[in-house]
Amino acid sequence: MFSKPENGRVYWKEFVHQCYELGMGSLGIVVIISLFLGAVTTIQTAYQLVSPLVQKYVIAEIIRDSAFLELSPTVVCIVLAGVVGSKIASELGNMRVSEQIDALEIMGINSKTYLILPKIVAAFVMIPCLIVISMFLTVWGGYLAATISGVMSSQQFNQGLVKDFVSFNLIFGLIKSFTFAFIISSVSAYFGYHVKGGALEIGQASTKSVVVSCILILFADYGLAALLL
Amino acid sequence: MIEVKNIKKSFGSKVVLNDVSCKMESGKVNLIIGSSGSGKTVFLKCLVGLMGLDSGDVLYEGKNVATMQEQEQKELRTQIGMLFQGSALFDSLTVEQNVMFPLDMFTKKSSAEKLKRVNEVLDRVNLKDSNNKFPAEISGGMKKRVALARAIVLNPKYLFCDEPNSGLDPQTSLVVDKLIMEITKEYNITTIMNTHDMNSVMESGDKIIFLYQGEKRWEGSKEDIIFSKDEKLNNFIFASEFLQEAKKMRMMEAK
Repeated sequence: MFSKPENGRVYWKEFVHQCYELGMGSLGIVVIISLFLGAVTTIQTAYQLVSPLVQKYVIAEIIRDSAFLELSPTVVCIVLAGVVGSKIASELGNMRVSEQIDALEIMGINSKTYLILPKIVAAFVMIPCLIVISMFLTVWGGYLAATISGVMSSQQFNQGLVKDFVSFNLIFGLIKSFTFAFIISSVSAYFGYHVKGGALEIGQASTKSVVVSCILILFADYGLAALLL
Repeated sequence: MIEVKNIKKSFGSKVVLNDVSCKMESGKVNLIIGSSGSGKTVFLKCLVGLMGLDSGDVLYEGKNVATMQEQEQKELRTQIGMLFQGSALFDSLTVEQNVMFPLDMFTKKSSAEKLKRVNEVLDRVNLKDSNNKFPAEISGGMKKRVALARAIVLNPKYLFCDEPNSGLDPQTSLVVDKLIMEITKEYNITTIMNTHDMNSVMESGDKIIFLYQGEKRWEGSKEDIIFSKDEKLNNFIFASEFLQEAKKMRMMEAK
């Protein structure tokens, strides 16, 4: 499918461009979602943990582990499947329909290598970065909600954050993010690249890529959890 | 020169090209004409390798594309320029970046040399001061000229044009036709052009091939077409009463 790039410099430029598009283009939504995920999870966990036997700092532990294990990698990647996946699918679909891909092929350029490879590599680099940012922000969102609403003090929250910290949880979250990055970029590229028809089919391909990516992310999420935890 | 030998192409049970053979000469504009669905675009796509053939051969300067090594095929592709029906400019790149793209990809020239070459070809297609505009910001005729500039920037030996006049007004069509004709002669390119446009046929057709229902029905020059007795060709070319009258007048003048 992929072949040796015709000119490394042009491919590098395209890779940097994709990193910027993917990273900066999704940063805003990742920030907002992460902050609110953390905040809402904190309030709802506090609402459920009413037993006097459970220490308050446990809420912070739950937030930390939920953020590292599930909220940031899975929920954010599902959102990214919508944001990034539909963008990739519609961009490639439009290029297919308007003969831009044919133009690349005529020039002797392997269009799959030029158009898809930089996107997959950029997703591999940028999505884990976004997930790490999201993990930090989810916890921070939880901290803000906890202290502002008076669920617990900042000392209690900080105590919970460091208590029984398992570093593998962080690694597990990153393994998930790499897997989901590949799913999002490759599935959307596949549907976009193989569009046939016109504007209607581009929309359909875009929707299909999001749906398939989400389903595959959920399957992979379960598979990884069953295998690695 | 490009030689096509007995090519066949079908999609399922529908035969789109049936035993088509012809020769395209260098330094000439070779026109492929025919009504919609006659197989013109498929013919062009088969020639440039965007579609595979069911049978038959395509020879570039006597070399069969099917038996070429991968490296030879890659080299051949760099000698091909193509002007697409919808221009196929890259939306995210400016006019200058679009034209520079093949130079970036296939040459090791310095930025200054590349820019000089880009300005040369943009100048050649009469497009100055549009370097920093995006395709969405320019007219259809300008897009066609940018696409033509991009197609010739690497000095190709073969130029393929798929309905370069579609969607253009008659005046702009003539400008594009003239440019293609001039560039063909200037660089001794083998140009193959699909068209519906009768002005193009009369103005730029050094050699004309008429496809009818996937078969080559007629071949000749623009001078021959006036005297052709082929009913299908005459129905296609001289579709309106006005054109029929024009044909009669041209025939009387010739006599």
